[in-house]
Amino acid sequence: MQTEVISVENLKSTALKVREHIIKMSTDGGCFVGASLSAADLIVYLYSEFLDITPENLDDPNRDYLFLSKGHDVPALYGTFAELGLIAPERLKNHLSVHDNIYWHPNTKIPGIEFHSGSLGHLPSIAIGVAMDIKIRGGNNKVVCITGDGELNEGTCWEAILVANAYQLDNLIFVVDRNHFQANMPTEELIPLEPLHDKFASFGASVRRIDGHDFDELHIAFSAFPFEKGKVNVVIADTVRGKGLPSIERRADRWFCNFTAAEVDDLLKELHGEHLTRLTSETLVVR
Amino acid sequence: MSYEELLTETALADERFIVMTAENRALVRNIPAKLGNRFIDTGITEQTMIGAAAGLALRGRIPIVHALASFLTMRAFEFLRTDAGIPNLPVKLSSFIPGFLSDGNGPTHQALEDISLMRGIPNMTVFAPADEDDLVKMLPQIWAYSRPSYVRINTRRADYIHAPFELGKAEVISIGDDVTIITYGLLFEQALIAVEILRREGLSVGLINLRSLKPVDERAVIEATRDSALTVTLEDHFQTGGLYSIVAEVLLKHGLTANVLPIALNERWFKPALLPAVLQHEGFTGKQIAEKILGYKTFYKQPEIMVPQFSE
Repeated sequence: MQTEVISVENLKSTALKVREHIIKMSTDGGCFVGASLSAADLIVYLYSEFLDITPENLDDPNRDYLFLSKGHDVPALYGTFAELGLIAPERLKNHLSVHDNIYWHPNTKIPGIEFHSGSLGHLPSIAIGVAMDIKIRGGNNKVVCITGDGELNEGTCWEAILVANAYQLDNLIFVVDRNHFQANMPTEELIPLEPLHDKFASFGASVRRIDGHDFDELHIAFSAFPFEKGKVNVVIADTVRGKGLPSIERRADRWFCNFTAAEVDDLLKELHGEHLTRLTSETLVVR
Repeated sequence: MSYEELLTETALADERFIVMTAENRALVRNIPAKLGNRFIDTGITEQTMIGAAAGLALRGRIPIVHALASFLTMRAFEFLRTDAGIPNLPVKLSSFIPGFLSDGNGPTHQALEDISLMRGIPNMTVFAPADEDDLVKMLPQIWAYSRPSYVRINTRRADYIHAPFELGKAEVISIGDDVTIITYGLLFEQALIAVEILRREGLSVGLINLRSLKPVDERAVIEATRDSALTVTLEDHFQTGGLYSIVAEVLLKHGLTANVLPIALNERWFKPALLPAVLQHEGFTGKQIAEKILGYKTFYKQPEIMVPQFSE
């Protein structure tokens, strides 16, 4: 794939709208807002520039695939789908309604979601099965699997890398949303992952590490796909949990957030750079 | 026809089939050469294998998946439940050395709760053939069915020629007024011996090879318990969650009760040894089963029990 010129301004504008959707879903029951904001740029980039996934080709066996393994970042996916026309934007108002299927983890009732997640460490292997089938059929589809960094505690993620390496799945890309936090605390304070690049490389992957909020860096990295013939691809995207809302960025206690309506109004202003929000809602609701 | 021959023939005739294993090749030794890239060995990774099988099924494939019963059902349980069960994908499990067939391996390899676990997964279907003849008669329909399935693979050769299989239907071998033995899998062979002894002792004896544990043949269970003074559930499984529980559930569902004697492993694993010694030690030979039902010792001779061909 040749490096095409991309409109960073358009991507930024879409990502900003996606972040607005995420913030609006963080009340009336709330959502995992921090992980959604860290993954937002990544997801917007992948659907806008890298993946051949459109409202028209969702049943086409030659489409590309994206699997959202960490799951908690699904508000970023819902927001992206609303902006790119895969679902109607009004539907996002049904977040947590029994009359729709827009809840805290991905599910296949939402067009464009290929597989449900919620149990960590599962979708790397589902993605392997899809990538294997594409190889058997001689197809050119790309398969992306986004994992969290906390998710990498799960042994099945590493089992999957071993198998992907054995089967030389160079049509498969694991993208790690490296926001440096797992649920309640920084990853390096609980189960250290670094040196993460070396870990993946030692398992046989071809690894790139980039700033997951920089569209130019994202584009340079993904334009180099497949990174090396016969090697599974890994992109470690360094991100910031809560990115875009300085009042919750990098805060261990802002994992699952259920803000008040007034806080949401203020956070939307904060997103547009007006002022920091004074948060008074419960800091941590463990899910 | 052997299991491997049937699998090879099926997969060669229909390219939707993919044969997978978590490095358990005893049943599929010659398949790699015949199927090429439609044979996938993921190494000792039961969980990743099940996830990958679900991914292949998403793409329209029918993966036939092999691993030892204990690790397939328990190491990978959550993958089966979450990745095959929730989306109702046709992931076809071939479970190796279930129940007493793990003979000398020890308790790590004793899958004695597999039926219980697998039937607890919505959408999953569960089957246990009596021997190789039964196995090859059952598998084509099981593999053609759109749901995920769990099969206790049993490749033991036997002289018995089974009736054609109908999914969800038991094989009613005989009906009897005094006793009916309901069983599945490996112990069918011993049940035939027990039936013979009971008849010589003058009893009217029924025998059911259940075959399909989920969906279960409710009518066969109800008629057996209704028409016999005593029903015996015979299984190489923990007493909890297997056939005894299935019969209890069927009876309760229909507001019935019955006189039922469970012969199973009650809250214990079995003593590891070669299969004939296991059956003798645990009281599961045909002669011992008959004597348990009769309540007294007899002078019949227990026929020789064949040692399994495989062990891993």
